[in-house]
Formats: sequence, C-alpha cells, structure tokens
Amino acid sequence: MHIPDGFIDGKTAVVTAALSCAGVGIALQRVRGQLPPRRVPMLGLSAAFLFAAQMVNFPVAAGTSGHLIGGALVTALLGPAAAIVVVTAVLIVQSFLFADGGVVALGANVFNMAILGAGGSALVMSAVKRVLPEKRGLVTAVAFGAWCSVVFAAIGCAGQLAWSGTASWKAAFPAMTITHIVIGLGEGLITALVFLFVQRTRPDVIENRTVSERQGDFIFVSLLVTFGIVLFVAPFACPWPDGLEAVAERLGFEQKAADPIPAPMPDYAVPGVHWAVGTTALAGAIGSVVVFALAWLLGRVLVPRVEVSGNPK
Amino acid sequence: MNQLFGHHHAHAHSPVHRVPAGLKLAVALTIIVGTVVAPSNAYGWFIIAAMVLVSAVAVSRLPLLFLLKRLLLLSPFVLGAVLANAWQPSGRFQWQTLVLKSAICLVTVIITANTTPFGKVVRVLQRIRVPGLLVTTIALMHRYLFVLAEESERMRRARLSRTFRKEGRFQWRTLSTVVGQLFVRASERAERIYAAMCSRGWR
Repeated sequence: MHIPDGFIDGKTAVVTAALSCAGVGIALQRVRGQLPPRRVPMLGLSAAFLFAAQMVNFPVAAGTSGHLIGGALVTALLGPAAAIVVVTAVLIVQSFLFADGGVVALGANVFNMAILGAGGSALVMSAVKRVLPEKRGLVTAVAFGAWCSVVFAAIGCAGQLAWSGTASWKAAFPAMTITHIVIGLGEGLITALVFLFVQRTRPDVIENRTVSERQGDFIFVSLLVTFGIVLFVAPFACPWPDGLEAVAERLGFEQKAADPIPAPMPDYAVPGVHWAVGTTALAGAIGSVVVFALAWLLGRVLVPRVEVSGNPK
Repeated sequence: MNQLFGHHHAHAHSPVHRVPAGLKLAVALTIIVGTVVAPSNAYGWFIIAAMVLVSAVAVSRLPLLFLLKRLLLLSPFVLGAVLANAWQPSGRFQWQTLVLKSAICLVTVIITANTTPFGKVVRVLQRIRVPGLLVTTIALMHRYLFVLAEESERMRRARLSRTFRKEGRFQWRTLSTVVGQLFVRASERAERIYAAMCSRGWR
C-alpha cells in the first residue's frame, strides 16, 4: 500500500503532508507529555519490531502469502499517539533506506497508514470496548480494529490516487477496497492472536500504557480522520460524475470507438460501472457487519470462560 | 542481510560519497519534487534529471547490477498500475509518464541511500529541527532494525528445526507466537537500552 513517487500530484502531496505534519506533531506532543523517559527507547524498538514483523509472512488463500501491516497491533500495544509516531518512523525509514514508498508521497503514506490506519483503528477499538467491556470484548475490539485499519488505509489510498488523477475513483475504489477487505481478515486474526499472547506473557507492557490513554487522543484523531474522509472520499462519493469527469469519459468513449482493437477490460468505460462504486460501498458495509460478528466469535473462542469470570491464573 | 539492504555500499568511498549529506539530500529532494510536479511534456527536465542520475551512478561506482536488482524489486506497484492503466481508455492519462517519473524518483532515492551513511542523515534531520523524539525513534529504529531482523530469522530457524508438524491451522498460532515473542524481546531490549543510555549520561 506504499504509494511510490509519481503517483501523487503536487496538490495532493501538499495537502496530505500538511495533514500528516499536524497529526504527527500533535501525537509527538502527547507522547512527550505522557511517556516516562524510561519508555522512550521503546518507541524506537517498537518501530524496529514492526519492521521485522512485516517480514514474517502468513498464508492467504490459494498459496499466496501476505504480511502483517501492524499499525493496529502497535495501537493495541502502545496506545494511539505512540502508534502514530512509531508507524511514521517506520514509513520514513522505509521510504528513504529501502525506497519503499515515495519521498513526496510520504505525507500521503503517513496519512493513510499512521493516521487513518493506526489512529482510525484506535477509534474503532475504543468504541467496541465501550460496547463490549469484558475481556472477550477486548479481543473483538483488537481484531475488528485491525481489520478496519487496513480497509481505512486502502480507501484513503484510493481517494488520493483518484484525486491525483492517477487512477479513476471507479476503478481504484472497488479494487483497493475489495482486496483489502480480504487482506484485513488475516491482519485481524494475527493481530488479535499476537495481542493475546503479549497480554498473557507480559501484561505489564500493555497495562503501563492504558494508564496514559486520554480522551484528548481520540478527539484529535477523530478530527483528522473526519478531515481526511471529507477531503479524499466525499468528492467521489456522489453517484453522478462531475463535469470534468463527464467530459473525460466522453473523450474516452470517442477514442475507444475509434480504436480497432477492443480493450481487454472495456468495463471501465461502460456506464454500468457506476454501480461498482455503490456495490463496493454496500459490500463494505455488509462486510464490516460480518467481520464484526467473526471478531466477536474469535473473542469467544480465544478467551476461555474461566478467565472471563475473573480468575487470572 | 546487510548486503540485501545495500549497507555495504553506504560506507564505500567515491566523490559522491564525499558530498556533504545535507547538500546531497537537498539535491535529491529537488530532483524528486521537480519530477513529481513536472508536466508530462517537460522533456527538458526529465533529460536533465536522467543525466544527473547517470553521471552520479558512474561516479559513485555503485554496481550497476545491484541498482537494477533494487529497481526491479520495487517495481511491482508500478507494473500493476501500468497494467491497470493500459486497459483504460487513453487520453485521460499517460502511463508512460508515470513509469518515467517513478523510475527517476526511485533511482534518485536508491543512489542517495546507498551513498550516505544513515547516521549523517539523522544529523541532517536534527539540523532541520525535526522534533527530537521522532529523531531518537528513527535513530534507534535504524540501529536495531538489523538486530531484530536477525533475531526473527534465528527464531524462524529454531522453529523450523523443531516443528515437524504439517502446516495448517496450527501455523497461525505459531506465527502469532513468533511475532508476539519478538515484541516481548524488543521491549525487554528497550529496557536494557534505557539503562545503558542512562549510564552513559543521556539527558
């Protein structure tokens, strides 16, 4: 999901960079206020951990494999503000040292993966925790939050590509969302399993941070997430194409009519594809209900009844 | 592992390696920003950028094969986008420009990263007033990246030599244990590092 340079145009790069700077700046301020000095190296080590964990592959259906993205895992383990800082550090090092993700596109990548992904998953997790306060609910929250983090980041990415004119919203939104709805399932499962493992072996790591979780964190994260949705998704969410797009489409039609070889996927120029966006949105809505149910079941399966009734070994 | 990440090259000696890090990063950033915002018919700019890059490769004595390998390793996203775009009605968007732009940016980053030791980059970040906490995080991440990557490799090897079970449902549990254990070890290491930093007069 790392957007390379050249895929994002100037205006999108500037806007996403400004939003990311604001988000990361506030996150840094919060971390500085909350984190005891003893825990400062933990941020760097978590970033290194995230990088190493991303190299561990897990199997996806049909012989392919995916890897952990991990923004939601760090959020569950360290809290939203620290997670935003950690994911940002990972993205900066990846873009510079490994040329994975562009330098100009860094703002967009930070916005998608740190702010929408990690920050958005924190919002989801806290909302689920409020609905299901017991320990099983925690597993549900982490699994569902991880799934949401992947899907949010994918939608943000599609919106920015469409805003830059690199890909049309009608092609990018269904493609990105549908694939990441599936990828997110693996992310959710492995995040919940890892979270549970750490909670059982080193509960102190997680308990240390729950003390410092504050309401303010969620207010600033939700403000930024809303801002992003308004900027990148809302312009494309209306069902009819705007003037510019309509013209481009008509031009596309004319050129295609003149083309002697039929395009292998003529769908993109067919009016019926208007429905793809609506269908994808509907699939996303149904998918999130189904995934929530799965996450709830996961909580039931993974946390035995004895532990729920308050008898921790 | 170091070879894969090209660390081997960052400490070599050549005129490009000797350019001050701040200047080199500024030039690289100029090339990248210029390439991203250039309109698709700005051939002059593309030719100048390509010439700068070719001469930098020649002077820096980076192995050409290494450069090509890195470029191929990173192109799946570009290739995917090209395939997706080649099927779209043309006229709205030119995929040739996209390939050209991203290739120039990728080569710029690869050359810069492989001729500049990371410690110098961190010092440049400090000088341009990036918040200290973020700089510390980045510096520590870079320092322990390879340590943890090797640790995870050791754990993988140990697991492979001890488990003969057929992979399946079991694999998810194993993988999550490995990742969780890696986090626990990282957090324990962080505590030791803090003690070491304090004993050397940090803050």
